[in-house]
Amino acid sequence: MHIPDGYLGHETYIPLIGIFVGSAAIAVLKVKKELPVKNIPYLGMASAFSFIIMMFNIPIPGGTTGHAVGGAIVAILLGPWSAMIAISVALIIQALIFGDGGITAIGANCFNMAVFMPVVAYYTFKAIRMKSLMNNRIILAAFFSGYISLVLTAILTAIELGLQPLISTTADGRPLYCPYDLSITIPAMAIEHLLLFGIAEGLVTAIVIKYFLKNDFNSIYAINKGGINE
Amino acid sequence: MNKTQKKIIVFLVILLFLTPIGIFLPMVFNAGDAWGEWSAETVETLIGYVPQGLQKYSEIYQAPMPDYTLNTEDSHIEKQSLFYILSGIIGATLSLVITWLISKSIIRK
Repeated sequence: MHIPDGYLGHETYIPLIGIFVGSAAIAVLKVKKELPVKNIPYLGMASAFSFIIMMFNIPIPGGTTGHAVGGAIVAILLGPWSAMIAISVALIIQALIFGDGGITAIGANCFNMAVFMPVVAYYTFKAIRMKSLMNNRIILAAFFSGYISLVLTAILTAIELGLQPLISTTADGRPLYCPYDLSITIPAMAIEHLLLFGIAEGLVTAIVIKYFLKNDFNSIYAINKGGINE
Repeated sequence: MNKTQKKIIVFLVILLFLTPIGIFLPMVFNAGDAWGEWSAETVETLIGYVPQGLQKYSEIYQAPMPDYTLNTEDSHIEKQSLFYILSGIIGATLSLVITWLISKSIIRK
C-alpha cells in the first residue's frame, strides 16, 4: 500500500500533500488540546509499533505480499489525532531511509494510512461497540475496526492509482504513470485485503485491545475519553 | 518508565527480533512485491513498456537503505535476516524518538 515514486502524477500527489499537511496541522492542534503529558512516551511507542508491524509481510502463495499497518490499534488506544502524528512519522522514515513508498507520494501515503485509516478505524470501533462495556463486544468492534479500515484504505489507494490513466496519457494514448485503470486496481487491491491482509489487521487489533482491556482498561482513548460512556 | 511502558518496550523488542518472518514467509510461499509497488523493470515485464512519467519519477530519489537491507544482491538468508532486524532497530528507534520529540514539543502543560 506504499505508493512508490512514479505511480502518481503531480495532479494527484501535490493536492494529496496539501490535504495531508492540513490534516497534520489540525492533528497537532487537537493533540495539544486534549492529550495529557503522560501520553507523550506512548505516542513514540505507537510510532515504533506501526513501523515494526509493517515489516511483517504476509504472502499470498505465488502472488503478492501485504501487511498490517497498526492504524486501528493506535486510533483506538490513543485517538485518531495522535495516530495521525505517530503513523506519519513511521511512514516518512520508511520513505526517506528505506525507500518504502515514494518521496513524491509521501502526502498520498500519509493521507491514506495515517489520516484516513485511523479516522475510519476510530469511528468503526465506536459504531460497532455502541458504548457497550462487554469484553466480547469491544473485542469484536476492535476486529472490525482493523478489518474495515485496512480494506477501505486499500480501496482508497487503488482509486488514486486507478485514476492515473484517466488523468495523464502521452500523445499516443499510453498512460504516463500507474498503467492500470480503476477496473483493475480496485478488484486487485480490494480482494487481497478483504481475504487476507484485512483479517491480519483485524486479528492484531483484537489481540492488542484485548490485552489493554484486561490490563490497562483506563488508558483506552476510544472508551474513556470524556468519561466511561463517551 | 512505569510498568506498562516497560512491558510495551519489551514487547516491541521481541517483535523486532521476529521481523525476519516478514521475509521468510514470502520466500517460502513464492510471493513477490506488494501490488502496485513494482520497480520500473518489473513494470516492463508486466505490460511490455515503462510509462514515461513512471520512468522519470522512479529515479528521483535513492534511499540510503532500500528494501530494508544493506545489500540487495546478497542471497544469504542469515545475512538478510540480520540486515532486516538492523533496519527494524534503526527505523523503530527513529520513529520512537522523533514522535516523542514532536509530541513533547506539542504537549506543554
